[in-house]
Amino acid sequence: MYRYDEFDHAFVSARVEQFRDQVTRRLSGEIAEDAFRPLRLMNGVYLQLHAYMLRVAIPYGTLNSKQMRMLAHIARRYDRGYGHFTTRQNIQYNWPKLSDTPDILAELASVEMHAIQTSGNCIRNVTADHFAGAAADEVADPRPYAEILRQWSSVHPEFSFLPRKFKIAVTGAPRDRAAIQVHDIGLHLKKNEAGELGFAVYVGGGQGRTPLVAKLIRDFLPEEDLLTYVTAIVRVYNLHGRRDNKYKARIKILVHETGVEEVTRQVEAEFQQIRESELKLPEGDIRAIETYFAPPALPDRADGWEALARAKKADGAFASWAAQNVQPHRHPDYGMVTISLKPIGGTPGDASDVQMEVVADVAERLAFDEIRVSHEQNLILPHVALGDLYAVYQALETSGLATANAGLITDIIACPGLDYCALANARSIPVAQEISTRFGSPERQAEIGELKIKISGCINACGHHHVGHIGLLGVEKKGAELYQITLGGSGDENTSIGEIIGRGFEPERVTDAIETIVDTYLGLRLEPKETFIDAYRRVGPKPFKEALYGQTAEAA
Amino acid sequence: MADKVLTANRLGDGIAVWLDANGRWTEKLQDAFVARHAEAVAAIEDAGRKAFACNLVLDVNVIEVEEKGGLLRPLRLRERIRAEGPTIAYADGHGFADPAFIAA
Repeated sequence: MYRYDEFDHAFVSARVEQFRDQVTRRLSGEIAEDAFRPLRLMNGVYLQLHAYMLRVAIPYGTLNSKQMRMLAHIARRYDRGYGHFTTRQNIQYNWPKLSDTPDILAELASVEMHAIQTSGNCIRNVTADHFAGAAADEVADPRPYAEILRQWSSVHPEFSFLPRKFKIAVTGAPRDRAAIQVHDIGLHLKKNEAGELGFAVYVGGGQGRTPLVAKLIRDFLPEEDLLTYVTAIVRVYNLHGRRDNKYKARIKILVHETGVEEVTRQVEAEFQQIRESELKLPEGDIRAIETYFAPPALPDRADGWEALARAKKADGAFASWAAQNVQPHRHPDYGMVTISLKPIGGTPGDASDVQMEVVADVAERLAFDEIRVSHEQNLILPHVALGDLYAVYQALETSGLATANAGLITDIIACPGLDYCALANARSIPVAQEISTRFGSPERQAEIGELKIKISGCINACGHHHVGHIGLLGVEKKGAELYQITLGGSGDENTSIGEIIGRGFEPERVTDAIETIVDTYLGLRLEPKETFIDAYRRVGPKPFKEALYGQTAEAA
Repeated sequence: MADKVLTANRLGDGIAVWLDANGRWTEKLQDAFVARHAEAVAAIEDAGRKAFACNLVLDVNVIEVEEKGGLLRPLRLRERIRAEGPTIAYADGHGFADPAFIAA
């Protein structure tokens, strides 16, 4: 993984000391809140319902055990013993004192982490496929490019005050595990016919109050042009993005209102102007960054197959976990492990300090010291020898980290919702917990198969409800919570935005409604292999509407 | 007119607080001063502005409450959750909101 150089260390340390001075002056009353707010936000410090919240960046979701131990230490020492992993591959602490935040940032800097650009109208943490560098279907590792983008965008003088926040995601495989088509810029790393690396470039995707799927504006951009082309896109956006209306300020609205042809024309024109500038990436620089992400040497471990078979035979729970939470690695003797942060009835994405320590220990001992955070709010061990899977499972299992539900109905994405968030209109976590509990039996989950439920507590859609196979949006109606259901969303290489199925449901009825939808699906699928999303795309909303609202149903 | 109390978040740690009858900020909603007429509301609004200007608190708001069974209860769910904490078990050693208090 990337290691800070001297410049990086000096830059992050200087930033911590600058913020320490700002906090000191704020606490002494020298700076008023109106002046301080943008400064704290630039360092990831929000104010939520109950306390401040600190969002820490985990670049492209990659970290090592030392960094994970630091996250655990911060949870223990400065917070209430836990953290919340987010859909942008970051971690949030819900209870830090403002007066402690400079010390927290200094501790993070000691392990090459920070909270810069985790808020504000700038280019946010660049996200990537959580299986990067390990997946069998990968063309090339997207993280070197994410790192190049991170370095380029950090305190970029031209792009620090954009019309609105700006999110970039990169994937290096045909199967999109980074939801690139619902990002401001989505980059799909691939090879052309000549075998050269480059990107398909998508622009103008996003969720929030106006969900839009990104448009493909370049089918193949040579890798050397990455920064020039992205600069051209952000420059066009910075110039023409709407600053008059916060709700229309994202690039998706610019693309939608201006038209993709015209935006593409402007981007291409700007690109031609700067194509041969200093932003053109020298081959040597790309390869140098790539070396930081060189995969660990993975010795052949053919012995693991037999050990795995033996363990599966002896322990049924392990067999279920291995079947559900382990994906094929590009090396046949290895697997990619999903550590579910979705225990049945638990809070999606939360991990205690003890659990973080366990993950760090397992990663160090049995997984080449590599950990990832997925945008689905789970943790990943990307390189585990099949022969070590049982030991990994046993270590995780004793700490409640071996729930066998990756990709199943209880693997729910949920935003913090009204339990924490100052913007929320309704709670997300209790709804996720009730659904998880209702469908928690392994047999029932296995029968239902792949089904992604995503829950947001407000229209900002941090819980990605628009791209949930079943999406839930919490709203406030007449002072009470109400949950609107969308069906048919998907955040992968076949991205689609879910359709509102009808009038909303009160909290006490929403789990029944989900059950009705699931039972309807089970009744109409052609075979067990036909997933919920495939079945929905085949039959459309009608049978689900009828099941929920009766024959005369009308959308609310 | 619904009864009102003044709430904010404390500057140093961000914890939700309410203004009590002695002009101090308390972590307990039940100890809050209740403004029952326009003059009292104006007075707490003024106290809020001053406390904000003196950098004691931020996100200062007057919120509506009712008295029910001897307990002050915010009318909005958001404020009931602010008063009681998250409604889910979230960390060992920390309680969570009383469901009866949170319920509409």
